[in-house]
Parts: sequence; structure tokens; C-alpha cells
Amino acid sequence: MGDFLGVLTHHWEIFRDGFATTIELFAISAAGSLVFGAALGAMRVCPVPTLRAFGAGYVNVVRNTPLTLIFAFGVFGAPKLQVGLDYFPTACVALTAYTSAFVCEVVRAGVNTVPVGQAEAARALGLTFSQTLGSVVLPQAVRSIVPPLMSVVIALLKNTTIAAGFSVLEAGAISAYLAEQDEPRLSVLIWITIGFLVLIVPLAALQRHLERRWAVLR
Amino acid sequence: MSVLYDLPGPRARRRNRLVGVVSAVLLGGFATYVVVRFVHTGQFSAAKWQQFEYASVQRSLLSGLGATLTAAALASALALVFGAVFTAARLSLIGPLRRLATGVVELFRAVPLLILIFFAYYVPLQYGFALPKLWSLVLGLTLYNGSVLAEIFRAGILAVPKGQAEAAAAIGLSRGQTLRVIQLPQAVRAMLPAIVSQLVVLLKDTALGFIITYPELLFESKQVGGKLVFELPYVPTYLVTGAAYIGICGLLSFLAYRLQRRLARSPRIPADAGA
Repeated sequence: MGDFLGVLTHHWEIFRDGFATTIELFAISAAGSLVFGAALGAMRVCPVPTLRAFGAGYVNVVRNTPLTLIFAFGVFGAPKLQVGLDYFPTACVALTAYTSAFVCEVVRAGVNTVPVGQAEAARALGLTFSQTLGSVVLPQAVRSIVPPLMSVVIALLKNTTIAAGFSVLEAGAISAYLAEQDEPRLSVLIWITIGFLVLIVPLAALQRHLERRWAVLR
Repeated sequence: MSVLYDLPGPRARRRNRLVGVVSAVLLGGFATYVVVRFVHTGQFSAAKWQQFEYASVQRSLLSGLGATLTAAALASALALVFGAVFTAARLSLIGPLRRLATGVVELFRAVPLLILIFFAYYVPLQYGFALPKLWSLVLGLTLYNGSVLAEIFRAGILAVPKGQAEAAAAIGLSRGQTLRVIQLPQAVRAMLPAIVSQLVVLLKDTALGFIITYPELLFESKQVGGKLVFELPYVPTYLVTGAAYIGICGLLSFLAYRLQRRLARSPRIPADAGA
């Protein structure tokens, strides 16, 4: 048991740096995919056919492509097009491009749960488009958007491990790194698992809390 | 009609047309940029595309596709069994069994899939026993997707009206019989779309086999793409591979969507369901 704990204490810096990179990757990609995903979602519900078609096309292509393929394209394909980036930015772009499609679907589904009568009533009162959006539609939509959005965000956090297969030294890569120093894989992997549980359990708890609180209010 | 926008009047129609034209120009511009990149870096060169005419290239891509489908089929079957077993355990009346099953399902859902695959691949290696890569991948996929399916099954069974189970108990069916004959047939109908969607996710996730060098489609395309004879055709190869994934997954997603539509349209319990 002392040996098991020793794996963590002897290589504390590696674990710390690995998870720091994971969190950095997660934060950048989460921010990116929320912005880009929301924009795509807005395109999918807008009255301009060109934008609607683009949104639908993007979502259908990206959702049916493995994230690992997007990573592989970014790492091996993009340099051949002379648009290659460093490993870390490539990972951010790949995760953002992939997660945005899921964010977009959540946003679209959330907006569509608001009954049309709500917006009609708002317009009948003479509210402008931005007033209808800001004071009537979004406050109701957010309640049905946030819980599934949390699932998407949790999935993103778990997906950051794929970057380990593409030369980003984040938490998933710790086990390969320490294997070179002859540390037992089992102990290292258990520590990585514990690290992820520490990050994910609070997020999942928050999700369940929001879900329960807002389910009543609707 | 979406909730956000009123029916357009003449001014809104004009504005929509303008936005449509501007966005079409921007998107067209981006598409042109991509094509120019392709031409500029010689992605349309004959050698890069002629490789697909070679039997050896076709063989390795097809064997990759075969390996992907094998892993997906094995993992799907095992995950469905895993999900069913753990759902039964979670609905059982034996407290400790229920809590154990819940713990296992929650744990495997929270751990990144790649880490599960690493467990299944590297830990046996550490004890001097090499599990074939196919089975490491299948094991990881089964544990993760089986747990997600267990959650889907449980939600599906809990969504069946309570009166059904009570009526079954009243006519003297055992709990097992109630689950099998009364609750499952009704629940499966409702959750079929969710099950198919999860199996699409599983199929996509077989691509993680690439990272433990299981020779699936993505792995083979990297081998093919790295051939100097064909001027390193990474881009054409990934485009073809991507199209294959999108085609297969898209077809399955479409099936799930159709199922959902059909189930939403038909009444929950058919009027003449005598059998």
C-alpha cells in the first residue's frame, strides 16, 4: 500500500502538470465550443435557409465522425495542407469542433421546448425581438438547456484524454510517461482514475442539483 | 415555424434574403479557400488518388473496416448483456446487490473510456499476460457503453406506468416474470432510439483502438496515408475514411431517428395487441 501511495508522491509534479494541462485543455475547449456551438444553434433556428443548411450539415457530419479521426486529421492531415498547428492548439481545435456540434443540438432542442405561444404573446404585447429573446424565450430555454449541456461538458472533460494519443502531455499521457520509469501501470492508472473522479463527481452533482431544482419550476 | 421568429413581412423577407446572400458568399469564400489550399499543396495530384486503385491499399482499408466492425459488433453484443444484467441487479430487492451494481455503473460512466481501455490493455501486460488488442478494446467499450445502456434500460423500465407492475403482481406473476413479460416489452419500445444512438457512439468509439494500435480503420488509414510512394496521401485517405464513418454512423442515426418518429406517432399500446 505504501508503494501505491509512493507512485503519487514520488511523481507528484508529473501528476500535477498532467492534470493542469487537462484542465487547461478542458477550459479552452469548453469556452470555444460554448461560443461556437451557440452560434451554430442560432443558425439552426434562424429564418435564413443558407445558414440553417450550414448548421444542419455541420452537425450531421461532425456528430458522425469519431473524435479520434478529427484529432488524426489535425495532427497528420493539416500539416500536409500547410495549416498545421502545434499539438496543444490542434487538440483545442479538434475538441472544440467536435463538442460544438453537441452544444448546438442542445441549444436548438432547448429553444424549441419553449411553447410558440410564449413568443406570440410577447410580440402581441409589443416587445421587440431582443426583448422577446432576452426576457421571455431565453429564461425559459436555459432551464431545459443547462442540464443536458452539463452532460456535454462532462463528456468533453473525459474526451480530453484522447489528446494523450496525439502528443499532448495531459492526464491520459501520465501512464505512458511513468511506464518508461518502470512504475506499475495499475497503480498509475488508478491514480489517474481518482483524479478524473475528483473533477467529474462535483460536475455531475451540480448537474443533478440543477436538474432537480429546475424541473419543478417549469 | 421556430419560436423566435414571427412570419416575415416584406421588410424581414428582404433582410433575410440579404443575410442569406451575404452568408452564402462568406461560406462560398471559405469553401474556395479550402479548395485553393488543396490545389496549392497538391492534394488533387494523380498519385495521391490513384493509390485507391491498388489492391494492397484497398485490402488494408477493408481489413481496417472489418476490424472496426468486428470490435463494434462484439462490444455491442456484450454491452447489451452487461447493461441488462446490471439493470436487473439495480432493480433487485437485495439491497447490497443493488448498491454494488449502482456503484459499478456510476464508476464506469464517470471514467474516461480511453483510461478504461488502458486498464484493459496495460494492466494484463504488467502481469505478463498479453490480452489481444481486440479484446482490450472490446472490454473497455463494453464496460463503458454497458454502463450507459444500464442507465438507459433503468430509465426505460421506470418510465413504464407503475400500475402495470402492480397489475402483474395482482395476477400472481413473480418479479422476474413481471420484468420479462410486462415491463421489458413496453420499455424496449420506448428506449429503442436511445439504444441505437448509444450503439452509434460505440461504433465511433472503436476509433480509440488507434491509440493502443489495434489495426482498425483509423489505424490502417494512417498506415496508408504514410506511404511515401504516393506522396504521403494523408488528406485523401482521411477524407475517404471519414466518409466511411459518416456513411455508416449516419445510416444508423437515420434509423434511430426513423424509429423515434414511428414510435412517437403510434399509440403506446396498440388497440389490437392480443398476442
